[in-house]
Amino acid sequence: MMQPARHSALPGFNLTFGITLLWLSLIVLLPLAALILRPWELGLAGVWHSITEPRVLASLRLSFGVAALAAVVNVPFGLLVAWVMVRYRFPCRNLADSLIDMPLALPTAVAGIALTALFAPKGWIGALLTPLGIKVAYTPLGILVALIFVGLPFVVRTLEPVIMDLPLDSEEAAATLGATRSQIVRRVVLPALIPALLAGFGAALARGVGEYGSVIFIAGNMPMISEIAPLLIVIRLEQLDYAGAAALGLVMLLVSFAILLLLNLLERRIHQRT
Amino acid sequence: MSVELRDLSKSFGGVAALNRVSLTIAQGEFLALLGPSGSGKTTLLRVVAGLDFVDSGDITVDGRSMQSVPARERSVGFVFQHYALFRHMTVMRNVAFGLAVQPRNRRPPAREVRARVQSLLDFMEIGDLAHRYPEQISGGQRQRVALARALAIEPRLLLLDEPFGALDAKVRKSLRVWLRALHDRMGLTSIFVTHDQAEAMEMADRVAVLRAGRVEQVDAPARLYAEPASAFVHEFIGESVRFDCIVSDGLARIEGLPNVQIPTTCPAGQAVALIRLHEIGLLPGPGPARVESRHLVGPMCRTVVALNDDVFDVLATEAAWAPAPGQTCNLDLSRARIYRSEPNWDS
Repeated sequence: MMQPARHSALPGFNLTFGITLLWLSLIVLLPLAALILRPWELGLAGVWHSITEPRVLASLRLSFGVAALAAVVNVPFGLLVAWVMVRYRFPCRNLADSLIDMPLALPTAVAGIALTALFAPKGWIGALLTPLGIKVAYTPLGILVALIFVGLPFVVRTLEPVIMDLPLDSEEAAATLGATRSQIVRRVVLPALIPALLAGFGAALARGVGEYGSVIFIAGNMPMISEIAPLLIVIRLEQLDYAGAAALGLVMLLVSFAILLLLNLLERRIHQRT
Repeated sequence: MSVELRDLSKSFGGVAALNRVSLTIAQGEFLALLGPSGSGKTTLLRVVAGLDFVDSGDITVDGRSMQSVPARERSVGFVFQHYALFRHMTVMRNVAFGLAVQPRNRRPPAREVRARVQSLLDFMEIGDLAHRYPEQISGGQRQRVALARALAIEPRLLLLDEPFGALDAKVRKSLRVWLRALHDRMGLTSIFVTHDQAEAMEMADRVAVLRAGRVEQVDAPARLYAEPASAFVHEFIGESVRFDCIVSDGLARIEGLPNVQIPTTCPAGQAVALIRLHEIGLLPGPGPARVESRHLVGPMCRTVVALNDDVFDVLATEAAWAPAPGQTCNLDLSRARIYRSEPNWDS
């Protein structure tokens, strides 16, 4: 590792690499290490018991399930939004462009309260849905709405630069070869976007799993039904069950890591093929 | 199949890209569109392919108007400057694309598609690349793949947009010969865009010289060189020396050369005289021109001559008489062509 550095034309490897390592350790590794070490004061059986409680399992299923569903919804719609933003010029485009970032900029609690107000049985949208028998606020459906809201910018912002780089002439080539517009989208455009779609899906999913602020207002937080795992962690912290909270955190960390790793591998496989 | 372009005009944001362009391309012809960048040659090609649309004028192919025919139904092979290959497909699937997207009732069975593509690749001398991806092959090979892909749909018309623009000089040269041979063997009708005059002159049956969206001249390469229709064509094709002159009484007189009088049909007034380097004669002096230096390169002798403030080269055979450096001499400019000078000379 030191060898190429000494002969490299780019100076400053030692210094920058050192700072990088230090920074990563302080900001990422150290808190993670604490999270990994803390649960074991309960003992192996204690940890097992703590993470296999039915209420915990239900919350994990809910968190990952709804986050995945929200990411699945966000991928096609995010693709559409990114496509329109990149390919078309329309009035107020800049305004629309900054709107996309709103879910990132808005304090999540504000977003949660706003969504709750909209979807509550007496809210603007909720009032329309209640007669149809659809309840959004205070149900898992509400969680889905909140996670779609916070996840959208991740898909859009991941896709935009890739769509911008799509060579226009390969679409034109496909047209001269006799392809219809839908054949061009299916055979030329989408395959080129798959790695970016996967990356956007991963980012939206990761954000959804960890989301707390916007969800707790709209979810209703009923144990076994609409209680997300991050909320359960907070509940355990409030009961001073630090090890139990860390155990749950560790499980979420491992599952998230496994999912992101899988997506990464998938992406690389596709990349190798192309 | 023959193509007729009638009075095509198109402008981008007020700037005319095509200005009343009319051209006819005969069955089996290889036509080059030659011009500096911005002359509208690529726009013209895209309009014929249906990738761009004209503001006015009409394109007919075998007598049928193409106005309302979308690109995918024109059955035109288009080869892009940067190949535009599908990066996520193998060479085989790239070339098969045009067959694979055909409606089910017209699509040949998969095995036949494979066989046809393979034989086309073999014909293009890239048969062993079938399972590679575009980024795993060289530029010259990519260009052949792009060409094979365009030819796989058995187009009636082949359009090539600077197909050798991104290749190095040596590959370019060999592909030139190969492409022209391919055109003849397959009985294609081709339109070829280039800004390289050597390429156009070497490959094409006829060359259309474009300038600022207008066709300046369409002719066989030899005639284009021998009888340029305008000062622009004269200077764009081959090396020229330019003298300002004044026409009166049917004679052009060049400033500073009182002995030179060239008969012309040009109207009286300001004009320009253009002459090829090898058409200039050096006559024993003393005279107004002074020889700066002489270089013998190959069979031709290049003499650098200064006249007033201008310095230019004269080409002559080794055997021809030539003064020694430092000597003065007279110039024989009787083979110069006289053109009316244009008020807005932009190139």
